[in-house]
Amino acid sequence: MTLVFACEVVLAGLLVAIATWTIVARTAFAAIVVFMVYGLLLAIVWVALSAVDVALTEAAIGGGVTSIVLLGAASRLRGSKAAVPSVSFPFKITAGVLCAVVSAGLAAVVFSLPDVAPTLAPVAKENLAESGLGNPVAAVLFVFRAHDTLLEKVVLLLALVGVWSLASDSAWGGVPALRVYASPSRILVFLDQILPPIGIMIGIYMFWAGASQPGGAFQGGTILAAMWLLTMMARLQDVPSISARWLRLLLVVGPMAFLAVGLAGFFFADSFLAYPPSISKPLIIVVEATLTLSIGVTLALLVAGPPERLPQQ
Amino acid sequence: MNSAALFGYCGAVLVGLGLYGLITRPEVLRKILAFNVLGSGVFLLFGVFARRGAAAGLGADPVPQALVITGIVVAFSATALVVALLVRLNKETGQVIITSDDPEESGKQGVLP
Repeated sequence: MTLVFACEVVLAGLLVAIATWTIVARTAFAAIVVFMVYGLLLAIVWVALSAVDVALTEAAIGGGVTSIVLLGAASRLRGSKAAVPSVSFPFKITAGVLCAVVSAGLAAVVFSLPDVAPTLAPVAKENLAESGLGNPVAAVLFVFRAHDTLLEKVVLLLALVGVWSLASDSAWGGVPALRVYASPSRILVFLDQILPPIGIMIGIYMFWAGASQPGGAFQGGTILAAMWLLTMMARLQDVPSISARWLRLLLVVGPMAFLAVGLAGFFFADSFLAYPPSISKPLIIVVEATLTLSIGVTLALLVAGPPERLPQQ
Repeated sequence: MNSAALFGYCGAVLVGLGLYGLITRPEVLRKILAFNVLGSGVFLLFGVFARRGAAAGLGADPVPQALVITGIVVAFSATALVVALLVRLNKETGQVIITSDDPEESGKQGVLP
């Protein structure tokens, strides 16, 4: 057993322990804070599995933004005195046995995997040069399986429309009340004056580097969203009204650019979402740049939640 | 056992844990958290298949990796939407759990099977 493998065993044990804590923690607040740690640990596991792109996404979205959304909800539900029914012990045992069976089944699948794993890595590697990109994961996302990526952007927008439509009639088109667990303190304000310039730089770098190294539009966009959210949380910047035209434009510019390039593929290349090989890299970079912006704005607004008050005149 | 198999078993356990939380925690917020744990377990299994598919000088098969990245973003979208639904539910009814609309059923509130 090598040292690396020993570390991985510890990591796996820690991950399971932390996940158990998230489930059994007494208060929602504790559970969410532990979930944040869980996201970061999981990111390390992704690095151990040689999936650095996924690690970045998991740390940014799985651990980071999801936890902010949950914390916001916990702070809104904090005051509610509603009774929570208790669950009987036999019911817990039955559920536990059932879940253990599911886990055992999945473990059996992992145990009996064929020795020679099916893989598309050689195919992806062969066609990598044609895409003009150096990062195979980015090539899969933007070239080989671009439909997925385009539809996923649409899912993000649909989720945002869903969240907005939960606003009360009187607040429609108004300003989201970005609720955070703690009220802004001087430390938060200080951090928010220091962090955003660095964060914005890292976000843009991550999108730029994503063409040839791990990184990309999602990860970069999430960091931009985090920076914007920080400044709004510290009240250094107002939360915009959802009916602002510039905001709506930023939301759709990425998916629209992607769709436009995709449709242009009918005329200048063979099919939908195909790029002419000579200019494929510049095209992908332009699409990724607009997507980074749109993803950042969409994620930040998903966190901010439905509008709750009308903009002050 | 190699590291891919190790994290494969880890993913299997996470799926079970998440499922357990989903079934036994009555509060919707805790169900959402548990669902995220369940989802991350499934993603981890994908990661294991990707790692096992390492070939042609790549550390892992890029196709499942890209699918997981898409999956994480979609899981986040679903979480944000369902959290907004929960907050609205709480605002309308003051509840943090989902109760039955049936008046006969809601009389039995407070005891789960």
